[in-house]
Parts: sequence; structure tokens; C-alpha cells
Amino acid sequence: MEPALIRFDDLSVGFTSRDGRLLPVLRHISLAIAPGETVGLVGESGSGKSTLALAAMGYLKRGLKVISGTVTFAEQHMFSLGGSELERIRGGKLALIPQNSGQSLTPTLRIGAQLTEALRLHSKLDPAQFPARTLDLLRQVRLPDPEAIIARFPHELSGGQQQRVAIAMALAGEPKALLLDEPTTGLDVTTQAHILDLLSDIAQKSGMAMVYVSHDLGAIARVCQRVVVMYAGEIVLEGTPAQIFKNPTHPYARGLLASIPRVSNARLPVALEGRPPAPGEAGQGCAFADRCPIVQPVCRLERPELRAIASGEWLRCHVPELAQGIVMEPMTAPAPVAEASSDTAIFTLSELAISYHQANWFRQLLGQADKSTPTVKDISLTLARGETLGLVGESGSGKSTILKALAGLTPRQSGTIAFDATEDLAANVDHRQPDQRRRIQLVFQNPDESLNPRQTVAEILAQPLRLYFGLSGQALRARMVELLIQVRLGAHYLDRLPSQMSGGEKQRVAIARAFAAEPDVVLCDEVTSALDVSVQAAVLTLLDRLRRERNTAYIFVSHDLAVVRALADRVAVLYQGRLCEIGRASDVYANPAHPYTQVLLSAILEPELAARPKLMAADVQELSPPAKGCACQRRCPLKVGMICETETPPWQTVTPGHSFACHKPNNSMG
Amino acid sequence: MVRLILRRLGLGLITVALVTGIIFVAIEMLPGDACVAYLERDAVGQRLENCREQLGLNRPAIQRYGLWVGAAIRGDLGVSASGGKDIATLVGDRFRNTLLLALCAIVAGVPLSLFLGVVTALNRDKSADLVVSSIAILAMTIPEFVTATVLIFVFSIWLEWVPGIVMTSAGAPVAAFFPEIVLPTAALTLVMAAHILRTVRSSVIEVMASDYVQMATLKGVPYWQIIFRHVLPNALLPAINVVALTIAWLLGGVVVIEKVFNYPGLGRLMIDAISDRDIPVVQAIALILATVYVAVNLGADVLTLLLNPRLRTLQMRGTR
Ligand SMILES: Nc1ncnc2c1ncn2[C@@H]1O[C@H](COP(=O)(O)OP(=O)(O)OP(=O)(O)O)[C@@H](O)[C@H]1O
Ligand code: SF4
Ligand code: SF4
Ligand SMILES: [Mg+2]
Repeated sequence: MEPALIRFDDLSVGFTSRDGRLLPVLRHISLAIAPGETVGLVGESGSGKSTLALAAMGYLKRGLKVISGTVTFAEQHMFSLGGSELERIRGGKLALIPQNSGQSLTPTLRIGAQLTEALRLHSKLDPAQFPARTLDLLRQVRLPDPEAIIARFPHELSGGQQQRVAIAMALAGEPKALLLDEPTTGLDVTTQAHILDLLSDIAQKSGMAMVYVSHDLGAIARVCQRVVVMYAGEIVLEGTPAQIFKNPTHPYARGLLASIPRVSNARLPVALEGRPPAPGEAGQGCAFADRCPIVQPVCRLERPELRAIASGEWLRCHVPELAQGIVMEPMTAPAPVAEASSDTAIFTLSELAISYHQANWFRQLLGQADKSTPTVKDISLTLARGETLGLVGESGSGKSTILKALAGLTPRQSGTIAFDATEDLAANVDHRQPDQRRRIQLVFQNPDESLNPRQTVAEILAQPLRLYFGLSGQALRARMVELLIQVRLGAHYLDRLPSQMSGGEKQRVAIARAFAAEPDVVLCDEVTSALDVSVQAAVLTLLDRLRRERNTAYIFVSHDLAVVRALADRVAVLYQGRLCEIGRASDVYANPAHPYTQVLLSAILEPELAARPKLMAADVQELSPPAKGCACQRRCPLKVGMICETETPPWQTVTPGHSFACHKPNNSMG
Repeated sequence: MVRLILRRLGLGLITVALVTGIIFVAIEMLPGDACVAYLERDAVGQRLENCREQLGLNRPAIQRYGLWVGAAIRGDLGVSASGGKDIATLVGDRFRNTLLLALCAIVAGVPLSLFLGVVTALNRDKSADLVVSSIAILAMTIPEFVTATVLIFVFSIWLEWVPGIVMTSAGAPVAAFFPEIVLPTAALTLVMAAHILRTVRSSVIEVMASDYVQMATLKGVPYWQIIFRHVLPNALLPAINVVALTIAWLLGGVVVIEKVFNYPGLGRLMIDAISDRDIPVVQAIALILATVYVAVNLGADVLTLLLNPRLRTLQMRGTR
């Protein structure tokens, strides 16, 4: 056995509460990671995964401190190293890919400058080679057009692009060990598949060790040799991915698995009941006792120890035999499909085109037209009342852009949006009728960015209620409480500030705010991707219930195809801002017709599946779509010929309501 | 970008026009006029008529406003009602003095407060921070005249280091104001530094807690490089506007300080002119104040725009 590269020895970390008690966040963690090994860390948010990963770098968030134990990296005690030694290791031999890459890039520095900084600090290369190396790194993480990317500021990239920049930055120092905190949450499945391949490749070739924190059990199953399940700051289960994902021996792991949506199962996942104990809340018994379906009297009295069982797993439970009895697939009924027809249409988009290109002011003065290829083009579709349309596509394909245009937040280049079949919707939200504004609501991926940190929940919810319904006094309060109850939060949340709530709670407040306006359409941009699986399951159930009660239509953008499968009636597939395929979710998932959709669906990772994804012909994404012909032409694995480069592909029908845009003859579908 | 700046400039000009217009109307609505005020009890009959004739007060209001604006653009601010002096020189001297005092306060105060703001933030909750922050809060809450009086008492009367009040006349050359200007500068610096310091401190603390600073730390960037490359460019952006407001406040002439130190600045002139109901002078000062205010804020906006890439993209998209 090789000596461990990273070793946690009985590590406990905690903070001192206001009443002077020492509250543990990590409890007696012992874990060793060998060179070249990849260990997955899973668990709900708040279970201490990120704290553990950061502790490996000798770093603790403000307020936290080591209570007992040690962390060593390459035989060095990380918590007793001096500043300059830490600086040499961090970002060099030991690198981190942070959870929130959008916020982890310095807003005032260009991407190129941030990457060069990493090279300057840790690379042995000659400074003259930095520019070439920078481009290389960006190409490695499959960023399109690296020359253009380095000149951009972080906010000029899409979420997935920012994430890949963070990955490139971590690889700059050629690390011996990599800590990945949700590295692929913002990525679509195809990009994720490539990135995971890249990382596994480097790990194999250079013996790089990885600690992989993720909610995405599919990805974990793919890259990890060992999985550690954490609950309330403790390791509760440790084993191989096969052991843990096929038939977990710990009740918590079984619940966690059931809350993950599956592409193979078009139903809403079930949320684990209750919530994990807050630091210091866990009593003397098993921390999971309050939520455990098979809790025994002994569980509340005695804390189970982590012990090895026959299969080679390590387990913290008094009665693992009983865990086998917990049924793992009690999914709810599938959603009914709303039929789209023009008389019930709420949105009708025709030939919508949107361009981010900035004509320079000089040209504008001369009145020259904007001739650039638009980011999004030729989007024609309808959304019926009460229908949920899933919008999928890789990172940077323009999903958020379309939502922004519908919400009137980004100008469109051409095309029209008809609202409620009759009203023509103004491009700019400021020019829309108040009633139109009320009926179209938007919920963002990151509640931190959309909720004002200085406003209480009451102030946040009161805004739309005052504005649209003129409520005040008792009526206002009653309605706010009603809304909070709808999203499963109570009246006692009214006085909270966003900083006093968890991510899932904040997202539910954002949803409550959207529903306060009693909208007809809610535009959801990756609303669950910042949440962990059990909270995600709860939010999905909530969205599903609200649409049943209120007949609200959704446009649901997500890169998680399983989530889209669980919620959407119809799906639209987007590539480079062009529609490729649209149809009922069941049809598209069962029988994808467009070459790109086929690639996309084959790249899905499920914990049980070992199949290798089909990939695009050309490896690197492009930054701007081709001027004419098919959007996929440069990377299509099934390209027909020259016609793909010159003619816009025609729409072909597979079955009624299911069509795709391609030059490929329809009958050759597999 | 250029279009945006031009647009802001246009808006600024409109603001200035509106302000002078409003002041003009407000003064019109006050009972009496410059001549009534000037002549006091003699303001009857022929003398009043003559005076009004002389100052052009018996023409319609609109016409007077037009004439006044036209002249002001040419740099002619008219003659004061009391004493018939040329307003351009009268106000000009005072404005120069205010400018001088403001400049001294800015040169002393802005770097000092930026520096202290950063230092207190980086030493948050340590003794240096506690001491400086408490002094800042004290300086903010104590009325200016108290600060000024204490300064005079300590440095002029007790220690006898510098003169306590300004004896130099308004029109004297700049050099004549030293060292009399030291104490008013110190008083202003104290008050404004407190404001800037607190903004900078909280902004630096906020940025230090951000994800990108944590990332920079975990990338192995040395501490001082983090401060200069990652923290300050982001943390000082919000300070620009506060500094601008402070500068505008200084340039307007801080009446209390000018009164206490007997400093011949714009603020005092304004108060005197108002109590004398010397309307041409009041108007001229209002024009200058509005212009200064608009210009300083415009400068701050443009600077923020140039330095904040995020805003830059947003704004450009917004004005398309
Ligand atoms: N402010 C901007 N300025 C310039 N280009 C932009 C801007 N915002 C987005 N883009 C570009 O427009 C394209 C579409 O971006 P969009 O954010 O709509 O993608 P997305 O499908 O939502 O991707 P993701 O899944 O990564 O969030 C991308 O190539 C992106 O780089
Ligand atoms: S020890 Fe008891 S409460 Fe804890 S997981 Fe096992 S059965 Fe459930
Ligand atoms: S039109 Fe041609 S390039 Fe485009 S998807 Fe079809 S076969 Fe591929
Ligand atoms: Mg997006």
C-alpha cells in the first residue's frame, strides 16, 4: 500500500456559538487518499463536504477552528505550516476547483490575467511561454475560441464557461492532488462527460489524487474508486461506488438515492423527510435517528461507531440488516401531459433572434446595420397554458438568453413574441403593460443574486403584492403567510434575511415571490442546480404542485436531463442557439431523432450505467454559430454532406408533435 | 461608451438649468426683492423705482431669467444689489478660496481616509481598528462647530502652534492663507475622512469575505498581491461615489467651518447674500453650486464606468 497523499486523522472542526459552546461541523473524520486515487464525497448540503475539502488545504472559513486531529498533505501538517509554505502548496501541488466558480473569479480581472497569475505563481515554465500555455489550458477544458475568452471579464461568460475557466486554473499548477467541490454542476452532460474524461486521464497519467464532492451520483460513479457518504459532519458509509449505489447498507444513503431523479423514470423523486441536525443539535445517539425509517430504541441512546462489515464497506449504523427493507423507489405519479394548441397558447415565439454582438458606437452613428451572426436564431415555438416546456442544450447554447428575451431583459434582434395568442410583447420589460409583467415571472439559478440581501422575506414578498394587487396591512400579511405555507415555509420566516436561510429555503422564497404575482408563465433558469438532491426533490415537488393548483405554464431550463424528464411535458433541444428537436418528453427521450439529441442523451450518467457516452465528432465547442447551414455542421457525427453547410436544415416530423431539423433522411433513424 | 458619457453630460446640463430655474422662481415668490431689502426703510416711491430700473427688476420675470442666463454663459454674472460690485470677481474670489480649502482637505483627507479604511478593514476587530473606528464615529457624530472649537482651543490657544482664525481678506493671494488655513483644513479632514473611511472599511471587509478572495488565497496568491490585485480594485469602486459626494460638499463651501474660522469662502458669502436678500449673488452662487455638484458626480460616474467592467457592459447594452 502506497503512503497516503492526503490524510485526515481524527479531524474535528467547529465554531464557538454565541453562548460559548463549541459546536462541531466535522466530527472525528479519518480518511486517507492515495496518489492516483479518486474519492467521492456525497451528502446533503450542510453535511460538511466543502469544509472537509477546504481543510485539506489547511484552510477554514472565518470563525471555524480545528478542535482535534490533523490533516497532512505529502507528509506535511497543513495546519502548522507557515504562510509562504502554504502559498507554495496551494494552487500548486494541491489545487481546488471551487463550488461557486462564477463568484470565485475576480470581477475586475480578465480571464487571461487570472490564468497567467496562476502560472506565474506555480509553473516552472518560462514566462514567455505563459500565453501559449494559457490558451492550451483553456482548450483542454474545451472552451471555444480561447483567444476571445482570455480577453473577457468573468461576467461575460456563461455559467458553464466560468466553471471551465476555474478548472483550467486549477490545472495550471500541474497539481498532485485536486479537490473538486461540485466541479460540474453548471455543465451540460456532454461537456461534463469530456471534463470527467480529461480529469480521469490526468489522474491516471500523472498519478493525481482527487477528492470529488458532488451531488451528482452519476458523475461520482464514473470517476471515483471509493465513495464516502457524509451526514451531519460524520462519515456514515464508505465503500466502492458499486456497493454504495446498487444496494446501500445505510438508511441515509438509501434515502439520498431515492431523491435523485432518473432519466429512466419519468417521475418526481421523493424528498427525504425532515432536515439534518444543525451543528451541536445531534444528541448522544445516532445523528440520523430523527429521520430514519427504521430507528430503534438503541439508536437514540448510543452513537453507532464506524465499523468494517463483511463486504469491505465501512458503516455507521446499529442495525444494517434492517436497512435492506427500505423501499427505494416510491416515486410519485407521472405528470399529466398538457396538449399544446394555438387557442390555449400563452407564448407564441416566431423566428426569434437575439444578438449579444456590440456594434461599435462609431458604426452606430453611421447607421450601419448589425450584420453579425446572432447568438440565438430562428426560434419558433408555442407554449400552451399549464404546459411545462423543458429547454435543454449544452452550456452557452443560449438557454438563459431566450429566457431573458422572454422576460424582456435582453433586446431581440428580430422576430416576435405573442403573448396570450393576441398581445404582441414588447422587447423591453419597461415598455410592457404592468399586467403583462405580472403574468410573466422569472426565477433564477442563484437565489443569492436575485434576493436583495438587505430585505427581509416580508419585504421581498410584499413588493409584488403591493404593486400588482394593492394589498396592505392585514390582507398583505395574510397573503404573505399563505404564500410561505405554499412553499412549505412558515410565517416565522417573514422576518428572516436571506443570509439567515439555507440555499433551498432561499430558492423557495424566490419561487414564492414569483407566485405572489399570480403569473401565467414562470420562467425557471436552472432553479434547482444550486440545490442538493433532497432539497431539489422538494423544490420539484413544489413546482409540480403549484402548476396543478394554478395551471401555470413553465419554461424550465436545466442541464440536468433527468430533472427535465421528471417535470417537463415537452422538451426543446437547443444547439448553438438554434432549435434541433422538439416534442413530447416521452417521445424525445425514447426516440431521439436529431444527431445532437442522440449525443446528448447518450452522455447522461446514471449511477448504475457503465456505458461510455457517444461524443461529438469535433471535440471543441465553438463560440459563435456558423453563418449559414446547420448549427451542428462542424461537430455532427452523422453529417450528410455539403448541404449541411449551405442550407438551413428542414423540419421533419417523426410522430405528430415530435419534429427535428436535419438534412438526414428521416427513415434512417436508429 | 462615448454616447453614454455625452448623455450623462446632457442630463447634467439639464439639471443645472432646472436648479437655476427653480431658484429663480423661488426667489420671485419671496415677498420683496433686492431693492426692498437693500433700501430697507427707504424702499418707497421714486428711490425704489430708480433702484429697480437700475437692476432691471421691473421687466417680466421670464425676460430677466433669459437675460441672466445669456449673460452667465458669457461669464458675466451681473452686479450685486448691495454695493453694485461685479459679481464675477466677488464670487470668483470666494470660490477660489473655497477651492483652496477644499483642495487642502482633499489632499490631506482622501489618501488618509482610504489608507485608514483599508488598514482598519484588514485588522478588523483588532486594537488598531477599534481605536481608529471609534475616532471616526466620534468625528462623524460630533457637530462640526464643536470639532472646530476644540481644534482652535487646543492648537491655537493652548499650544499656540497655528493661528485660530483667518484674518486674510477674500482677495488676498493664495500664499497669504498659510498657515491660517491649517486648522480649517484639519477640521474638514476629520469630518470627511470619517465618512470615507467607514465606507471603504465596510467595502473592503465585504470583498475580503467574497468567494473570489477565498479562491485567490487557495490559489496560493501571496497576501499583499491578493490585497492589491484582487481586493482593492473591487473594494474601492463603491468609494468613488462617496468621495465624489464629499468633494461636492467641500466645494459648496462648508458654512459652519467658514463661520467658525472666519474663512472668506463661498458658503459664508451665500449666507450673507441670502440674509441681505442680494438676489443676483444668490443666483450666481446657486449656479456655481449646481454646476460643481453635477460635474463632480459626472466625473465619479465616468470613473466608475471606466473602472468597473461589469457596469461597463451592462450600461452599453442598456443604451443601445
Ligand atoms: N453579457 C454577455 N456578453 C457577451 N456574450 C455573452 C454574454 N452573456 C452570454 N454571452 C454569450 O452568449 C452565449 C449564450 O449564453 P447563455 O448564457 O444564454 O448560455 P446558456 O445556454 O444559459 O449556458 P449555461 O448552461 O452555461 O448557463 C454564450 O456563448 C455566452 O458566452
Ligand atoms: S443507527 Fe439507527 S437511527 Fe441511525 S441509521 Fe442506523 S437504524 Fe437509523
Ligand atoms: S443537418 Fe447535417 S450537420 Fe446538421 S445535424 Fe443534420 S446531418 Fe448533422
Ligand atoms: Mg444559463
